[in-house]
Formats: sequence, structure tokens, C-alpha cells
Amino acid sequence: MKKGMKMTSIAILISLALLFAGCAGGGEGERITITGAGATFPYPLIAKWADEYDKITGGKVSINYQSIGSGGGIRQITAKTVDFGASDAPMKPEEFEKAKGILHIPETIGAVVIAYNLPIEGRLKLSGEVLADIYLGKITRWNDRRIAELNPDIELPDKEIIVVKRADGSGTTFIFTDYLSSVSKEWEEKVGRGKVFSFPEAIGNRGVQAKGNEGVTAVIKQNPYSIGYIELAYAIQNDVSFALLKNKAGNFVDANVGTVAAAAASAAGKLPRGDESWYGVSIVNADGENAYPIASFSYILVYKDLDYMPEQKAKALVEFLKWMVTDGQKYAEALHYVPLPEEVMERNLETISMIKW
Amino acid sequence: MSMKRARGDRVFWLLAFFSSLSVIVMFTLLFYELLSNSVPIWKDGMSFITGMVWDPLKGLFGAFPFIYGTLLTATFAILLSTFLGVGIAIFLSEIAPSSLRVIISSIIELIAAIPSVIIGLWGIFVLAPFVRDNLQPLLQHLSFIPLFSGKTLSGLSMLTAILVLTFMVTPIVAAIAREALLMVPEDLKEALYSLGATRYEVVRHVCIPYARQGIFGGVILGYGRALGETMAVTMVIGNTPSISASILNPGYTMAAVIANEFTEATGDVYLSALIGIALLLLLISLAVNLVGRMIVWKWQQEG
Repeated sequence: MKKGMKMTSIAILISLALLFAGCAGGGEGERITITGAGATFPYPLIAKWADEYDKITGGKVSINYQSIGSGGGIRQITAKTVDFGASDAPMKPEEFEKAKGILHIPETIGAVVIAYNLPIEGRLKLSGEVLADIYLGKITRWNDRRIAELNPDIELPDKEIIVVKRADGSGTTFIFTDYLSSVSKEWEEKVGRGKVFSFPEAIGNRGVQAKGNEGVTAVIKQNPYSIGYIELAYAIQNDVSFALLKNKAGNFVDANVGTVAAAAASAAGKLPRGDESWYGVSIVNADGENAYPIASFSYILVYKDLDYMPEQKAKALVEFLKWMVTDGQKYAEALHYVPLPEEVMERNLETISMIKW
Repeated sequence: MSMKRARGDRVFWLLAFFSSLSVIVMFTLLFYELLSNSVPIWKDGMSFITGMVWDPLKGLFGAFPFIYGTLLTATFAILLSTFLGVGIAIFLSEIAPSSLRVIISSIIELIAAIPSVIIGLWGIFVLAPFVRDNLQPLLQHLSFIPLFSGKTLSGLSMLTAILVLTFMVTPIVAAIAREALLMVPEDLKEALYSLGATRYEVVRHVCIPYARQGIFGGVILGYGRALGETMAVTMVIGNTPSISASILNPGYTMAAVIANEFTEATGDVYLSALIGIALLLLLISLAVNLVGRMIVWKWQQEG
């Protein structure tokens, strides 16, 4: 009994000592905090990286990322209130002009799937043209001839299609509209690409807009005969059915790590240099037998000249970026993100080597 | 001793004065910020307010669909809430036995404390399917009235938003109306009872007229809440910026579009359009409050 008490008090003393030692360590300013802000899409992956990197550096470098949205990320990195920004879409020319010396570093790849709620056997197959016409309001019913042609083995219900889209501005919407614009001239002219878009008149009361991937998922799950677009990771985690899509090569492909990486790899040769404008870079509707057609890079935005921050911090940031695009990629797959292909990784290392402080 | 008290008084006076001053300063700053940040959108003047089309991709920013959706949903909600809330208040203050009164009062306070995102979830998962599968078939008998002429495939509609708002606002109206009704002097009521009046007549001719200022105050407060409610509404309204007479169609509100589009609004005009909507929402809420004050003031003048 007495011995036990003694042990306990020793344990308490030791832990108190450790606690104070920990505080003292922090007080000496050895710990560097790198702040970032931007896109919500890569947030789980960046949070995982922050966690792992903290362990690797023994707590010396901590990453503080706030997922406030791509627009906010671009605004904050332009104002230099954060050390790096993140965006699901490359900067527009006018944004690129305002942020002199900004670098685009694709850090992961996202895919958007076409989720649906239908009482059918088997997987729905869709093509880009048919999907565009559903969202243009030209195809209004599930048993439309053009959907039926793609799905000869499925008995499609004679019901109106409930068309769901994001209400909030989002990179997911950008990827989706980028894809529709690249497969349908009419979509490009009437609607276009953007983080938000408006339903064409013809959709009428069949259209529903919901907030966030979670909102769109909820609406689809609640409503038979609905269709919508959500991130791949979201569809897998929530067990929502999603369509096989016809790619440029004419094959119906499923969305998974392999097919999305295939899309990225096919575009890798055409990427601009890190300090050039990436506006217009797109891997939707990519070439390749097995390429999934609705995919996109997500970008880290960082300045080429880091002389505006302390040297220690600049060094730590560069080290972190290098780790992120190489070793860090191994954490992607478990979180349903797609790791960067070799070619993109090399381009990123070139870009990072341009950074000066 | 008296010196000390005088100084204490002075400190107290200053504290109170600056506290109240801070409200004025904050409000002025808020108003100034909203106005100065929305300057680009006012260059076209009224066409921003009357514009029917909201399409940021094409650079078209018309706020009217949001103003329409906000006023429509909030007004219907406050009408329903006033009816329900005053009914509850009369029951609680005049009819219910005291044991029941305590139970119902605490339930009302509980409902008022539910976070709006939770009410929104209930709206998506329970209320919207109910509207789609149960309420809509009933309302279709009334489809000759433009208000019920549409059809909702998903249940996410202005009607669902109205019902959600009614649920959120009724506790406010009921709680304040009950307090007002409890202030009605017993002897006034008893005097009327002694003349052989029924309970309805007492409520109608004594309680309501006596408490109307308080009840109306609750209604104005509830209306303000309904105009500004964001989360629960955006989850159930369908977020479609169109103008439709039918409440079975989806709509959009001012608060909802700000919450949805602000984070990803790139471009100065887009951002200023959203801030312009915030300014309009503030002005509408102010106008509602002012009109409310004027009505109360007029009643006071009448005695």
C-alpha cells in the first residue's frame, strides 16, 4: 500500500517534470508553425500530412491548415497572410497577376462521380453528352431513348429525373462543369465552367441545389430517381451508387485510384512550368484507354520568393513541400485520394527547387 | 462618504454610457463596412435590386429572387407562428392547469434552444419526404390557387422552409405572448366574468387588447429571426434563385445565398454583390423593426 503510494507520487512528479520540460522546449522558439488555408477538398489529406509530419520532425514543425474554401485560400495567399494556399482550380489570369511570383504545385488528384438513386439492377452507364443533356434539361426522364441506348441490359423507370447540384461555390462544381464543357459545345456556350453555375431554365422544378458534398449526398439518398455529382471519397464512404462513364477512348470506366491516376498520367507531358500560369490546365476527358474522365489536380499555392518570412520558416516550408509531394503521397490512397504519378512528382520537385529565401 | 458615492456614481454612469455607445459605434461601423464593400454593385443602381437573374458565371447579379424568397418564406412563417404562438400563449395563461403549464412551457423553451442545423437535418430527413409524399397530395386539391400550383419532386421547397421556420419561430412568439398575457390584471378579467362573459369573450375583449403590444413585440422579434435564419432554411429550400408563385417550388433566401457562395466568391463584383445582399437584408430587418415600433407607438398614443 505504502509502496504503491510512493510509486504513484513518483509517477506524478515525473509526468509533471516532463510537462514542464515540454513547455520549456516550446518556449525556446524551436517549434515552427506553418500556416495554410484554402480548399476544403484536400483537407482530410493535409490534416493527415500535418499529423505525420509532426511525428517525423519530432514536433518541431507543425502545419496549421484551415479549410476555408479555394476562393478564401487564393485571397489569403495573395495578401500573404498565410504561408501557403490551396485551391481546387488553378488561379485565373487576373488572380495570377495579383499574386506575383506564385507557384502552382499539384499535391493530389480528385475525382468527381455521378451518383444516382435508382431501383435498378447493375451499374448505370452514362456518356458525357448524355450527362450534359440531363443537366441542360434536354433529357428529362430516366427511360429516355438516349439513356436506354447506353444501358441495354437495364430496365429504366418511367420517371422524371431529379437533378441535384451544389448550391455553394465549390471546386467539385468546377471540375464537373469543366468536364461538361469539354464534352458538350452547347454546355460550354450556355452555361460554361465555374465554381458555381445556374441551372438552365429547362430544368425547372426538377432541379435541387444542396450545400456541400454531404448535402448533395443526403438529397440523393432521400430521393429515388435523383442524380448528382459528388467527390469520389464521399461516394465510397457513404455507399452511394455511381455511374460508369464513357471516356474519350470509348470505354466505360469506373472511378478508382487506378483510372484516375491514368487520367493524370496522360496529361503529365503537357503541364506548364511551376511558375507559369496554370489557367486552363485540365485533366478532364483525358486520353488513355483506362482514364476516368472527371478528374482534376488540387493545388498548393506558394511564392517563389520567401524572403517575406523568417529564414527558418522558409526552409521548413520547402522541406515540408518536398516531403508532401514524395513520401507524403503514400498516405493518399487510404483516404481515397489519388497519389500523383511519377511525372507530376518530378515536375513538382523542379518547381520546389525554384523557391528562394 | 458622499464624495465617494458621487465618484462611484460617476464611474457607473460612464460605464453605462460607453456600453450603450458601443452599440451605436458597432452598428455604424457594420453599416459602413457593408456599404463601402458593396460599392461596385451599386454602380448599376436599382437594377441590382430588381434584377431577376443570378448567374455569377455570366456576371449577372440580380438580387430580386432572394428578396422574394426571403420575404415570402418569412411572412408565411410568421403568419402561421402568430396564429399558433398566440393560441399556445392563451392556453398556457388562461386555460391550462398549472402542472400542465410548467411542462408545456419548458418544452417550448427547449424547442427554442435547438440549434438550427439540427432542425435543418430534421427538415431534410423527415419533413421534406413528408411534404413530398403526404402534404403535397392533399395540397394538390387546391392547385387552382397559384400558391399551391407547383409540384415538388424532392420535397425541398419553399413550403418546407416555411414549415421549418414556423417551427423555429413559434416558441419565440408563444413565450413572449404568454408573458404579455400573464400581465393582464386579474380584476379586469374578473369584472368581465362577473358580467356573465364567456372565457372566449374575456380573452377576446380584455386579454388580447390589453396584451397586444407585448404580443406584437414577440411577432416582430420572430419575424426578424425568420428573415435572417440561414442554416435550417438553406438545407430545405432547394436553393434555386427563381421567382415562382407556388410555394411547392424551390426558392432561395438572402441569408442562404450569402452563406453558400461567400467562401468561393472570386472577383470583386461577385463579392460586392453578396455584400450588397447582406446590406439589403440588414435594411429589410431594420424596416420591419421600424414599422413595428411605429405601430406600437401609435397604439400608445391611442392609449
